[in-house]
Amino acid sequence: MRAAVAIALKELRQRLRDRSAIVIAFVVPFGLAAIFSLTLANVDEESEFTATYAVADLDGGPLADAFRSTLAELDFATIRQVGTREAADELTDDDTVSAAFVVPEGFSAAVRSGEAAELEVITDPDASVAGAIARSVAGSFASELNSVNASVTLALRGGGHDPSEAQTIVDRAADVPATAVLREDVTESRLLTSTTFYAIGMAVFFVFFTVEFGARGILEERQAGTLARLLVAPVRPAWVIAGKTLGGFVVGIVSMSALVVATTLLLDADWGDPLGVAVLVFGGVLSAMGLSALVTTLARTPAQASSYASVAAVVLGMLGGTFFPTSQGPALLRALSLLAPQAWLMRGFQDLAGGGSLADIWASLLAVLTFAVVLGGIAALRAGRLVPR
Amino acid sequence: MPPAVTGSSTDRPIVLACHGLRRSFGDRVAVDGVGFSIADGETYGLLGPNGAGKTTTISMVCGLLERDSGEVYVDGRAVDTSTPEARAEIGYVPQDIAIYPDLTARENLRFFAKLYGLRGVDLDARIAEILEIVELSDRADERTDRFSGGMKRRLNIGLGLLNRPRLLVLDEPTVGVDPQSRNAILASVERFRQQGMAVLYTTHYMEEAERLCDRVGIIDVGHLIAEGTRRELVAMVGERDRVALDARGDVQTAAKAAADVDGVERATTREDGIDLVVRDAGATLPEILRVVGAHAHVTGVDISEPNLEAVFLHLTGKALRE
Repeated sequence: MRAAVAIALKELRQRLRDRSAIVIAFVVPFGLAAIFSLTLANVDEESEFTATYAVADLDGGPLADAFRSTLAELDFATIRQVGTREAADELTDDDTVSAAFVVPEGFSAAVRSGEAAELEVITDPDASVAGAIARSVAGSFASELNSVNASVTLALRGGGHDPSEAQTIVDRAADVPATAVLREDVTESRLLTSTTFYAIGMAVFFVFFTVEFGARGILEERQAGTLARLLVAPVRPAWVIAGKTLGGFVVGIVSMSALVVATTLLLDADWGDPLGVAVLVFGGVLSAMGLSALVTTLARTPAQASSYASVAAVVLGMLGGTFFPTSQGPALLRALSLLAPQAWLMRGFQDLAGGGSLADIWASLLAVLTFAVVLGGIAALRAGRLVPR
Repeated sequence: MPPAVTGSSTDRPIVLACHGLRRSFGDRVAVDGVGFSIADGETYGLLGPNGAGKTTTISMVCGLLERDSGEVYVDGRAVDTSTPEARAEIGYVPQDIAIYPDLTARENLRFFAKLYGLRGVDLDARIAEILEIVELSDRADERTDRFSGGMKRRLNIGLGLLNRPRLLVLDEPTVGVDPQSRNAILASVERFRQQGMAVLYTTHYMEEAERLCDRVGIIDVGHLIAEGTRRELVAMVGERDRVALDARGDVQTAAKAAADVDGVERATTREDGIDLVVRDAGATLPEILRVVGAHAHVTGVDISEPNLEAVFLHLTGKALRE
């Protein structure tokens, strides 16, 4: 055991002197998290979405009033009234508003009489999201009118009704509240700021690079001749591997912990429940070590091991959603992402960041630890290749 | 129990005894049936050309490499890859420099000393002692990647001495070393012998084997083909002289012609000449020069008494450096 500790301490001393290791373990992930955080700060602001719309009421009838009331109820929208279609056009063209609604003259009358009526939406191509929402608002209102109008038509065709009664029904339609036009398709617990998302993403992505030196170190020692020297000493090969592993584990834990603390203090990331984060960091480092150990047993040289590990870390990192959420991707991508330990780590950390506790991440934690055991177990079975006898 | 060992010429206790060592890599047999012993305070040279099986042999002796067959005992304890405790008496100096370049000399020594179980005052004292021995005390706290090649070599040897080994194994420690450092290394090995250490020294330099070794084992193509003191080995060849001719021209034909001269026992070519083993150089040289001169232009002649190079040539039909 003392030999393993001595080897681990030697590894740590070497890592501390290797500037590139510090850069990979801490500087680059923190830097990228900061850059993404700053770059995407506006996106966060848009999560409290705001838009300015113009409305030109050329109709002046009750249904136009009802539409304007609907617009006024949109929390996120500022509504500007204009008098003409041209004015609406102009405000949209010069980006003063994101979209404009034109309620044409005779709109209410046309609807009342069951004739075709158009509610026009002018959108700014540069404001695609706001434009899409404007179209959705108008479409929803029109759909509501169509629905009510069909009922009126049905009632009229049923006969025996006073036309004024039908008119009352149509007027009531004006009071029908618009259907929800913005639907949150993510639960509240998963809503993260881009700062938190990328703090998590970069920490998860880079831990698979950070711990890679541990297993690769055996190949490096073999190439440098120091492995033979280690093995002539009265030390069992298992302790040599244990020492290397312990060194990689400590560096991984320190690296991820430092990122958690630094992104919390300096970038205002919110990682959530500290206990859950600590446990998931532990599992994440283990799974990263399992993967890098397995990849190393496939290689013949340190350079080859490094290349293999980098490819695995990048591919699985992207697949696992460390840069972009895979939840918004196609079903196949979402299914494939489950093969990446990074995906489970991201899920667990995001659950914690969204307010979850240790109890809420057991599935993610179990998956991550399973990756660690399976990958590390296969690597252990193949470890003899690293120490040819 | 270790087997009864013969071969050591001293009455001192046997430190290393190995016999029947065999190791193959796939279809290629690297070492076959090698065995020898080394007594306390004795330096044993394993002499052979590159690829003869020297490193494979000492890797088995040190417990680095598994054996197909054979046994190794150090100080009476069986050594193999699964018995780390038995390796505690072995000091190993690999052929290539095996140190950590990003650690200082002291840190390198401290790390390996800990693996040998040294702690506290003993550890510090031994490190200071080794630094003195390898003359690196004043550079002890410098990273070794700033060391010269000779300094790295000295530290490489120092690491092998940390555990005060009963058996010190040096695998061609002077390969690629400048003459000054080489002399320093050879002087160190002589001191180790004087201090009573058993030394196993592999080399393909005949001069080193002659200078350092009490006994020499000549290894070629995985077989130990002869063993003994220098005197014993030379006696195997007989009172033969060695004639080295530097020659240009049709050296192959000239060598064949020289081989037919009465008194010439063997003639082999090298890149720039012919090596001959003859019964009496003085008597046969004129005739040799005459027949060789018919096919090649002789530019130099060197006559020497039999040495280990000649022994090797006699036993294998080829020069050590081939």
